[in-house]
Formats: sequence, structure tokens, C-alpha cells
Amino acid sequence: MAKSALLKSSIAKKVAMALSGIFLMLFLAQHFFINMTSVFSSNTFNSISHFMGNNPLVQFVIQPILIVGVIFHFIMGFVLEIQNRNARPISYAKNNGAANSSWASRNMIYSGVVILAFLGLHSYDFWVPEMVYKYVEVNPLDETRYFHELVAKFESPVRTALYCLSFVLLSLHLRHGFSSSFQSVGQNNKYTKGMKGFGLWFSVIVPLGFVVIALFHHFNH
Amino acid sequence: MKLTLKIWRQKNAQDKGAMVDYKIDGIEPDMSFLEMLDVFNEQQINAGEEPVAFDHDCREGICGMCSLFINGEAHGPDRGVTTCQLHMRMFNDGDTITIEPFRAAAFPVVKDLVVDRSSFDRIQHAGGFISVNTSGNTIDANTIPVNKKDADDAFDAATCIGCGACVASCKNSSAMLFVAAKVSQYALLPQGRIEATDRVLNMVNQMDHEGFGNCTNTGACEVECPKGISLENIARMNREYLSASLKG
Repeated sequence: MAKSALLKSSIAKKVAMALSGIFLMLFLAQHFFINMTSVFSSNTFNSISHFMGNNPLVQFVIQPILIVGVIFHFIMGFVLEIQNRNARPISYAKNNGAANSSWASRNMIYSGVVILAFLGLHSYDFWVPEMVYKYVEVNPLDETRYFHELVAKFESPVRTALYCLSFVLLSLHLRHGFSSSFQSVGQNNKYTKGMKGFGLWFSVIVPLGFVVIALFHHFNH
Repeated sequence: MKLTLKIWRQKNAQDKGAMVDYKIDGIEPDMSFLEMLDVFNEQQINAGEEPVAFDHDCREGICGMCSLFINGEAHGPDRGVTTCQLHMRMFNDGDTITIEPFRAAAFPVVKDLVVDRSSFDRIQHAGGFISVNTSGNTIDANTIPVNKKDADDAFDAATCIGCGACVASCKNSSAMLFVAAKVSQYALLPQGRIEATDRVLNMVNQMDHEGFGNCTNTGACEVECPKGISLENIARMNREYLSASLKG
């Protein structure tokens, strides 16, 4: 089989989508743990943030991989969505999707679009200023600035509300995406039930944690 | 029972088609859905109108010929049955029932509720078989020991009747459950392993070529499948495909 045929196949696309999704979920988990420290200790949060922001491996290897992973995941999501819509040019007059599938599974594209919009806001809030601080203005290292920068962002009730709303959609996206990614890479066996249970908890605890962090800093400003 | 039927009417493949409302009376709860349509067609013929075209054959739930998307679900609201085994007792007197053909670019409408499902045949031709020399020295399949679990799983996969309910139910019109069932029934047995690599590559390639959508694991196919084919088969096909791609 020609390599080009493999890359075009529906299964290869789904596996690529799943692997990028699993990578993004791992990133999300570490982001969750690091941000959670901001609720308990500003010093710990500052130390970890300083390490993540200045470690060459994180900055110049993992960060580019993450950016590519995010862009790949949403471009592939749109490509698959367009192909899927073309596969049914005439819609049903009556389609009872709720009878056989979850809302989250049928609306991944919409929850994904909200998450994408959130990533735009999130980059504007944190990533872009960080890049400007370090690489454009070339300011001196300051290990104590991260916590204050975080708290300042959650001063705005509108921004806090937008973040919380996005986390609800993130929860729904993860609710289906977690188990779906493992099914796509061919994992469906005696461990599947446990993985689904873990995925359900993951999809609730991680977004809920982010909501708690946002609200905590908003009300403790 | 008195019913209102909303039926998709389309003269031929080129016609645009539209939903048309009809009234019907005298339907018994113990009639099958297809018997109800027989009564409806009799009413149409007596009134000098065109009867509605729909697929059917064995009417015993085993041939995979009947289809229909009834009230928003493939083979209607009952579980584990084809349309021919769906009974009118699943509906109430006075109900409005919406009846549409299975919708997919790969299942073009031929007339009214009849769709062309020969894309499934072409997928089967691409690899849904084993090559056996039948010149007289064929070894009895039962002489090859098969693990009980594998034999059971292969049999479960082989119960797929190829009706297309998976495609019709999937929001993406994906044929993955059908193809996965056909790949699995051979992949699990020693006789099928010999051609397993080519089989999965060729069948998936043909499936993509036919214009079916991509699987997004909503699980709608598994719920609506009249034979209860499991999503486990799709995971197996994905493994088979990835393994075959690396070998190829």
C-alpha cells in the first residue's frame, strides 16, 4: 500500500486525531496540577512557572510540539467534519440522535470550536504577553511575577465567566474525547470499562478544577 | 389504529423528492411495519395512486434487505430488530410516523424508500472472503482447533446482515461497523489470518472510496444495529489496519 494512501485513509486520520487528543489531554493534566498550586501556595506556583517558562527543553522542544499538536488537532477536526457532512448530502426530516448517542459525542465540533475560541483568548491573556516579556522586550528574569499576573487576569468578571463557560464545553469535549481516543487507537478490551470510568472523572475533575481556580482568584483578588 | 404517515416520495434517482403526508386507518397493533405499508399500498392502488416503493425480502429479520428510517431511527424505535420485525404495537393510535430512506451519499435513493446499497457489495468484493481450493482436497474447517472466545466473537461478527442501519444511524454516514464486522469475522479465525493484511487494507480502501464518512465513536451504530454488532469490532479493525499498514 502506498504511503499516500495510508495517510488519506479514514482510520489513519482518526488515529492521528486520537493521538493528538491524548497528547493534549496529558498537557491539560500537567497544566491542571501546576495551576492548582496557585490556590494553595503562590511561591510554589511561581517556582514551577519560572521553571516551565525558562527551561530550554520545555520552551524550545515541548512548547513547539504542543503548538503543532493543537493546530493539527483542530485542522483535522474541521477536515473530518467537512468529509462527514459530505457523506450525507440530504439530511433526515426527523433524526432522533438522542435515542442512540450522547449530546457530547454528536457535537464535538461545536464544543471544539468554543475551546478553540477560548485558546485564542487564553493565548492573548497569557502566552502572547509572556513571549513579549521574554523575547521582544527582553526583560530581566523575575521569579515572583507569575502569581500576580495570574490573579490580575481574573479580576474581570467577564473574563472569568468566559473562562468558566469554556471549561464547561471542555468538560463535554473530554467526556466523549477521552474514551473515543482510546477506541480509535484500537483499545477496546477488559480495561475499557475502567478507562471509561477514569475518562468520566477526568472530564469532570480537570475542568471543574480550572473553574475553581478561576473563581478562587476572582473572589480573592 | 389511525395513523398519519409522512413518507419520502421520490420518482427516481434524478427526482428531487419530498415528504408527503397520508392518512391511514384500520391498522392492527399486531401487524408488522411492512404489513402496515402493504395495507397502505393497497389503499394507494385502490385510489389510483402510485404505491410507495420499499425494500423487503425474507421478512424474518435475517436477510438484511429491509431498511427505512422510522421516526428518526434506523429500523424504528424497537431494539435488536429489523423493520420487518418491528410491530405496530410500538406505536399509538393517532401517531404521526415519519418514514424516510437510509440517507448517505454512498446509498443513493433509487425510488421512494428504496436505496442502492451495492457499495456494501463492492466492499465485500474487495476482501470479505477467504480463498479456498475447492477442487476436492479441501480440509474440513472443524479439524483446525479454534479458541472458544475467538470462535464466539467471530460468530457474533458474522451475524451482521449488511442492512446498512449502522450507516443510516451514524451522524457521519460511516460504514465502519459493517466493515469491522466483516474484517473481524475472518481476522479471528485461522482460515482468515492468511489474507488478513490485504483484506483489511483493501476493504478500508474501498470503504473510503465509496464516500462513507469517518467514525467518531458516537456508538449510534451499535445501539441501532439489529444484530447487536459491538464497537469492539471497530477497535479490532483499527488494530488490524494499523498493523497491516506497518507490514505493507
